[in-house]
This record gives sequence, C-alpha cells and structure tokens, in this order.
Amino acid sequence: MTGQIVVQFLTGLASAASLFLIAAGLSIIFGVTRIVNFAHGSLYMLGAFIAYSLTQRLAAGTAYGFWISVLLAAFVVALIGVVIEILMLRRIYRAPELFQLLATFGVVLVVQDAALWIWGPVDLMGPRAPGLDSAVDILGQRLPEYDIALIVISPVVLGLLWLLFHRTRWGILVRAATQDREMVGALGRNQAWLFTSVFFVGAFLAGLGGAIQLPKGGADLLIDLNVIAAAFVVVVVGGMGSITGAFLAAILIGELQAFAVLVLPESTLVIMFLAMAVVLVVRPWGLLGRPMGEHAPGQAAEPLLRPATPRARLAWAALIGLLLVLPLIAEDFTLTLTIEIVILALFAASLHFIMGPGGMVSFGHAAYFGLGAYGAALLATTLNTPMELALLAAPVVAGLGALVFGWFCVRLSGVYLAMLTLAFAQIAWSVVFQWYEFTGGEDGLLGIRRTPWADDRIVFYYLVLAACGVAIYAMRRMIFAPFGYAVRAGRDSRLRADAIGIDCRRFDWMAFLVAGAMAGIAGGLYVYSKGSVFPDEMSIPRSVDGLVMVLLGGVQTLSGPIFGAAGFTWLQDEISRLEYWRFILGGTIIGLVLAFPQGLGGIWRQIEALIRRRRATGIEAGR
Amino acid sequence: MTTRRVFLAAAAAVLAASVFGAAARAEETIRIGEINSYTRLPAFTQPYRNGWELAVEEINTAGGVLGRKIEVISRDDNGKPTDAVKIAEELVSRDGVVMLAGTFFSHIGLAVADFAQQKEVMFVAAEPLSDALTWAKGNRYTFRLRPNTTMQAAMLAEEAAKLPARRWATIAPNYKYGQDAVAAFKAELLKRNPDVEFVAEQWPPLFKIDAGAEAQALANADPEAIYNVTFGGDLAKFVREGKLRGLFEGREVVSLLSGEPEYLDALKDEAPAGWIVTGYPWYAIDTPEHRVFVNAYRAKFNDYPRLGSVVGYNTFKAIAAIIAKAGSTDTDKMIAAAEGITVESPTGPFIFRAIDHQATMGAYVGRTALKDGKGIMVDWFYADGADYMPSEEEIRQMRPSN
Repeated sequence: MTGQIVVQFLTGLASAASLFLIAAGLSIIFGVTRIVNFAHGSLYMLGAFIAYSLTQRLAAGTAYGFWISVLLAAFVVALIGVVIEILMLRRIYRAPELFQLLATFGVVLVVQDAALWIWGPVDLMGPRAPGLDSAVDILGQRLPEYDIALIVISPVVLGLLWLLFHRTRWGILVRAATQDREMVGALGRNQAWLFTSVFFVGAFLAGLGGAIQLPKGGADLLIDLNVIAAAFVVVVVGGMGSITGAFLAAILIGELQAFAVLVLPESTLVIMFLAMAVVLVVRPWGLLGRPMGEHAPGQAAEPLLRPATPRARLAWAALIGLLLVLPLIAEDFTLTLTIEIVILALFAASLHFIMGPGGMVSFGHAAYFGLGAYGAALLATTLNTPMELALLAAPVVAGLGALVFGWFCVRLSGVYLAMLTLAFAQIAWSVVFQWYEFTGGEDGLLGIRRTPWADDRIVFYYLVLAACGVAIYAMRRMIFAPFGYAVRAGRDSRLRADAIGIDCRRFDWMAFLVAGAMAGIAGGLYVYSKGSVFPDEMSIPRSVDGLVMVLLGGVQTLSGPIFGAAGFTWLQDEISRLEYWRFILGGTIIGLVLAFPQGLGGIWRQIEALIRRRRATGIEAGR
Repeated sequence: MTTRRVFLAAAAAVLAASVFGAAARAEETIRIGEINSYTRLPAFTQPYRNGWELAVEEINTAGGVLGRKIEVISRDDNGKPTDAVKIAEELVSRDGVVMLAGTFFSHIGLAVADFAQQKEVMFVAAEPLSDALTWAKGNRYTFRLRPNTTMQAAMLAEEAAKLPARRWATIAPNYKYGQDAVAAFKAELLKRNPDVEFVAEQWPPLFKIDAGAEAQALANADPEAIYNVTFGGDLAKFVREGKLRGLFEGREVVSLLSGEPEYLDALKDEAPAGWIVTGYPWYAIDTPEHRVFVNAYRAKFNDYPRLGSVVGYNTFKAIAAIIAKAGSTDTDKMIAAAEGITVESPTGPFIFRAIDHQATMGAYVGRTALKDGKGIMVDWFYADGADYMPSEEEIRQMRPSN
C-alpha cells in the first residue's frame, strides 16, 4: 500500500513539471506586461509539434539528439513569441485593459489552423526519451524513468529562474518593472526591449513545457485549449507574477489530480477548479501573490460614458426601424441568424454591464446564460411548464446563481476575480455535464417546443426583439441612473467612493445580479430558438465568445457589445464554409485590433477624433 | 493604414467567396446538406470526407440519381451542437437541401435529429454512436448508419465472456458516451457471465487524461481484465504509461474502437498486442466489393482508407439508394423508401430496419497484433449488426411512438 501511495505521489510530481513550466512563463509575462495571454497554450502546442519534428530529424534515437531537439524547439517558440510581441502586442500596449487578450485570442485561432496545415490532422505520438524509456522499481511498484527526469527538471528550472531574476541585471529590471513599470521607464530603461525579452523568456518556458511532455503524451491539435485553463489555474493559485507560487501551485494541482484519480475517479473534471475556488476565497491574491494596483500603469483613465447625442439617437432609431421591417424583406435564414444575433447581443451587453461600468472582468459569464437556459429547459421538459412561464423563470434561476457566485467574486479584483468567475462557471458546468439523470449530461435536453402562438418564426423574432430590446435598454438606463454612477464610482476610485459613503461591494454585487439575470433572459430565449440545450452553453468557449464580442465591440462604448455580437456572429457564419476559416477569423480579429483599438463601437469616435485633429492642424497651418 | 487595407481586402474576399459560391451552384442538382466536426476532430472527419467525396463522384459519374447529379453542401459545425442546428437551418431554408447527413459526436447527432423532427426533414446520421439516437430519443425522420454503443459493446462482451477473467476494471472518458459504453458492456457481460465482478472504474476527462495516475490507479485494483473506452490521444498516452508500469502484463484487455486505423495507426510500433477490439482491418478484408473500394480510394487520394472513409462512403451510397428507390426527393417518400431498404456496400449489405431506423452495418472484431512496426487486427470476424440488437419488443418499449 505504501508503495502505491508513494508512486502515485511521484506520478503527481511528474505531471506537475510541464504544468509548472507553462504557468511560470504565463506568470512572468503577466507580471511585467499585464497581458492576459490566451495564446500561451498555443505556444505550448507549437513547442510540442516543433520538438516532435526535430526529434524525427536530429540524430533520432539518441539521448543527445532528443535533448537538443527539446531545447531547440523551446528556442524556436521563444522567437515566435518575440515576433508576436513586436508585430502585434507592442502596438497596442496603450489600448484599454484586456484588449490585448482579444489579440491573443486571434493568435490562438491562427495557430490552430496553421498547425493543422503544417502537421496534419493526425495525433502525433511523442518519441520516448532515449535512455529513459523503461521503468524503475520503487517499493514493488514501477515508475517510468522519464517521470523521475521530470521530477528533477522542474526544481532545476525554478532554481535557474531564481538566479536569473535575482543575480542578473536583467532580472532586477524585470522585477522592478513588475512592481512599477512607469518608474522603470522614467529611469531611462527601454521598456519596449524589456517587454520583448520578457516575452522571449515566457514563450521559451511555454515551448519547453510543450516539448518536455512529448514522451508522456504527444502533439495534437487540442492541447492548446486543454492546457491553457490549467495554466491559468496554476498561475492564479500561486499568485500572478510569482514563480515560486506557480511552482507550489503546480505541485498542489498535480498531486490533487493524481490522488483524486485514486480516491474519487468521477471528480476529474472539476477538482482543479474546486481547488482554485477554495484557494481564492481564502487567499484573494493566491498563495504567494501580492495585491496589485487596480489598473495597469501607463493607461489613460476610462473616458466618461455620455448619453447618446441627437445624431446617435437618430442612428439607433433607424437601426430599430430596420429590424422591425426585416421580416418583410429578408429570407427565412436571415431572420434565424438575426434572432441569434439579437440574443447574443443581450448576452454580450450583460457581460459588458459588469465589465465596462462595473470594471469586473468575468471569464465565466456563460454560467448565467447556461443557468437561464437550463432553468427554462428543465421546467419545460420535467414539469411541462409553458414557454411564457419558463422564459420568466430563466432570469430568476440565473439571477440566483449570480447572487451566490457574485457574493464571493466581488470580494476579489482583477484577474483573480475573473478566474473565480471561471471556477464557478466550470463547477456549474460539471454539475450539468455529469448529472445525467436530471440534465441529460452531454446529450442535453431535446424537444423543447415553443407555444403554438410563437411557433411562427416571425412572431418569435418579434418576441426576441422586444424582450432583448427592453432588457438592453433597461441596462442602459441603469448605467445612467444613480445606481450606475455609484457602480462606476467604485470602479474608478474605490477609496473616494467608499469615503463618500458608497458601499462599493454591495453595488458590485447588485451589478453582478443584474448582469446574471439579463444573461439568463438571453439563455432562456436561446433554448426556445434552438429547441434544445447542451452543456456547451455553460462551457469556457461560450464565455470566451462573450468576451470576444464585448472586446471586439469596445469595452468603453455602450453600443460596443451589440456591434461586437453582430459582427462576430455574422462573420463566423459567413466564413465557416471555408476550410481554413479559423485562420481567416483569427487574422480578421488581429487586423481589427490593430486598426481599431477602441473596438467596432468606437470607430465613430476614432473618426471624430481624426477629423478634429485634421481641423486643428488645418487651423494651425492657415494661421 | 496597411493593416486596414489588408482587412478590407480580406472582407472583400469573403464577400466574393459567398457570392460566387451561390452563383456556382448548378441548376437541377439534388442537394444534400452535410454537417460534421471538421475542425474539432480532423483526424476522423477528413478520411470521412474523402469517403463521401469518392461515393458522390462514383454516383455522379454513373449518371447521378433520378437523372440528376448529387451536390453536397458540406459545413463545419465547430464541435458545437447549437452551431450544428443553426447550420442545419441554413442548409434547409437557404440552400434548399432535400436531406441532412453526417455528424460525429453523439450530442451533435441528437441535436440535428431533434431539428429534423421539428422541421420534418430527413436526417441520415453517419458517425454518432449514442443508443438514444435511434432508440430512446428516436424519431421518424432520423436514420443511423453505424452500430450504436450497445451493439458494439455487446460484440465485445460476447468475446469477453469467453475469457476466464472474473475481476474486471473499466476506464472510459468522463462523458455520456463513456458512461453508456461502460454501462452497456457491464450489462452485456453480466448477462453472459453473472459471476464477474467490477473492481474499479476510472473516468479521465476526454482528451485530458492524466495517464500515469490513471494507469497506476487501475494497477492498484489488481483486476484480471480491463475494459477500455478511451480513444485518440488519450488511448496513446494510456497505452504508453500502462506498458511502462506493467499494467497489461498477465491481464486481458478488451477495448472499444481501438482497432480502427484512426486510433491504432497513431500508436505505431507501440500498438498493444493481444487486445480484443472492434475496428477495421482494411488490409485483410478480401471480398471483391471491398477490394474495388480500396483500389478506388487509393487511386483518388493516394492514401489507405480509415473506418471514417467507409462510413462516409456508405452513408452517401445509402442516400443515393434511398432517393433512387423513392423515385422522388419528397421527405415522406424517402422515409418510406428508406425503411427496410437493403444497401450494398464494401463491408457487405446492410439494412435500415423499419422498426428503429438503425442500420445493420456491423463491425469487425478481432485481436490486435504487431506486424512490421505497426498495429494490425488478426483473427478477426465481421459481426453483423443485426445479431446484436435488442428484440423488437424491447425496442418498441424504448422508442417513443411518433
């Protein structure tokens, strides 16, 4: 028995190794540049693929060739990271917070299709490490030799990183920049190259993580998304920016998973997120993290939100008029697509409600969309509730969820808050996913039909338009009501808002509740538009879609999420006929990010500013 | 400025593509809408696409059906059921397809089947394995080609029951398909050998297996035999870790789908030997109709067929047969024609049964072996799907009457 436990423990340590490498890279990049790098998983995947190709060519089958390949792959990935930084991220450091996240999401899509194109669709099984391809006997159990190598490698890397950060001039600069970026700049350091070099190191570690796990796994096209959530969990549990924290957290998560497999095999889906939720509730900055400033340095304060100008009102009226007559002029499918866009616009607007005015980023907003959807669907399938009642119940169910989850989340801030929302969303998802008897699990709930009067596509279209229109307008009114001003005060200056007697946390909590309930309305309508519901509606990709819509539209404008939802949904529908459509979608997102750092909704504002500048220079020239 | 121009060019290209796409559609073709997870699971769906492309080419070269050519409008569902439903809607209302086909994942198959029932469109499901598709949640408009989870599990259980092993352990991906596959195998094995016991169950998350820990946990339970449902990358990792840790030494392994080239070939020289599997030994099936298929496939794609290729091929051959028999593309007539139709295929004839719309296409069952650094199937036989279905009485009880 002891032998079994010891070997299980060592196995957990081994799987912690590549987790630590990717998390350390992510943590370093975030610490200095404050970029939430979604593409870090893609770098890891590239590391695996490149190392695979190299091991096939460089002195294949020799230990020397294997380890050179691993290091070389990490180096190539580091160069790719540098290219991404110089060509893309460097241009948008001054864009609103989290906008860089959108750019990195574009990179994820591009890399997915590029990898498919270069390496083909078949899973590649990693080569075994020459010289380390058998097992050793430990207390009567067998442990692969390569596991031992991994157990040794990760503390060695930790030690090297410690030396790099504490014994070199570069490391001291990086630590200084992590604490106060502007001061480092004021002292005359070239920040651009500091950032580039940090990206080099971070990408190198991601590539190394991907390469080094080859003998345990291999290279396939799904590992980027599979690993990125785990990497974020490790970084956040350890504390953003803390390498030692990432090391401890990787071991914690690795061991938890290893023993959960032994004790409670069904818990494999959720154990990691449960652990993160517990850690964040107890330690809001992770195990070894330190509190951070509310905003990344070097960024302009958020501009004021202003009520619409007369011209904008006119434009809105025209848009609504067009939507009202759409059934007369459009074909059936255009109407179906518009229904989906309008519903997703409400979903995106509800996310924007907490992200923009509330300043609370959510990585798990799909939870409330899904709770609304499942609330309505379960009422319809188990109790035969009519559509009208089920639709009314959807925001209640979602609102209750938001009330509970929000109570914990508003106690945190920044990325920690975002990751706690993700943890709750994953917990809710795994309940729906695994409670087969009640929710149907993966197979979902089917056969949810509309009440006869709303069965017609056109009638349902008007129902959706009315419900979503009223909901979006209500949120807009709230933002310009005292409630909204209080929420925004809490976002912009917590101390001052507290000082004049605003209970910021309570207002945040209420904003969370509103956003959740609104997402629930969208979820309920979505179920009746499709006739079925699946756990995917609560999963990470749905949350990411929401984020992309909001960021694409522009966090700083109220109309942003609506344009973001419309643009993203329409574009995806149009191009998904093409074979490498993810490449085009990703490229388009990157292009938009570079061209319009204010988002789609901010285009008009950007043009206005341009005209004003032209005029100003014109006056100067004429003087 | 340049980036903006690039973006405009890209947008123009997208628009142009959609406009020309519409214009290029020939008149007078019979349009079939095809939906599958091309970006989510390319390893399985690309050979599948090759398969149906070959079938459609053969059908059209021979003059098409009802004197018209078959035109397939194929779309990627992105691995999401709601996307699949949206695309199905677009295919039916905008592209005017007469029938839907395809899908890989069970939940996506179920979503499209539900849509088919709602909109009264015929749907021929190709890959999805969920029992529910033709039984508990079956409907009048949905037909399915491949043998479902219970049928395949029963084929394996029959072989497993001949083993002396009494203590069994299972490992399956942690989602509905894995759960169903384990439950079905347990039931079928207990039916044949009431004295077996199941001593451990492992549920790794799909495509995220922690193989070392899972293999170790199975070894700790010390079973006499193991039933495996993991596939793809999970299977490769599980095999490697299990071998290193001596998990398979002195133990029988019964493994669902692992003999399919899609999964077995990825293992290369590490393919396990002696496992009892379902799969597709394309290199050894020596019937005239199969030889013709393999030769045509190799000539067209310069590659050997996978199981997905056969599934894609058979699906569209079946569709053509159904339309030809119906003499029309009217949904009711096609359904009437499909019920009980016999379709000739490279893997032998199969019937779409009238009672549940399940095809009797079977699967190949055999043992794995290593040959020339590659996994193959030996001592295999073709298990006809018809022999592994519940009685008509049982089906009538499971299937909603509509």
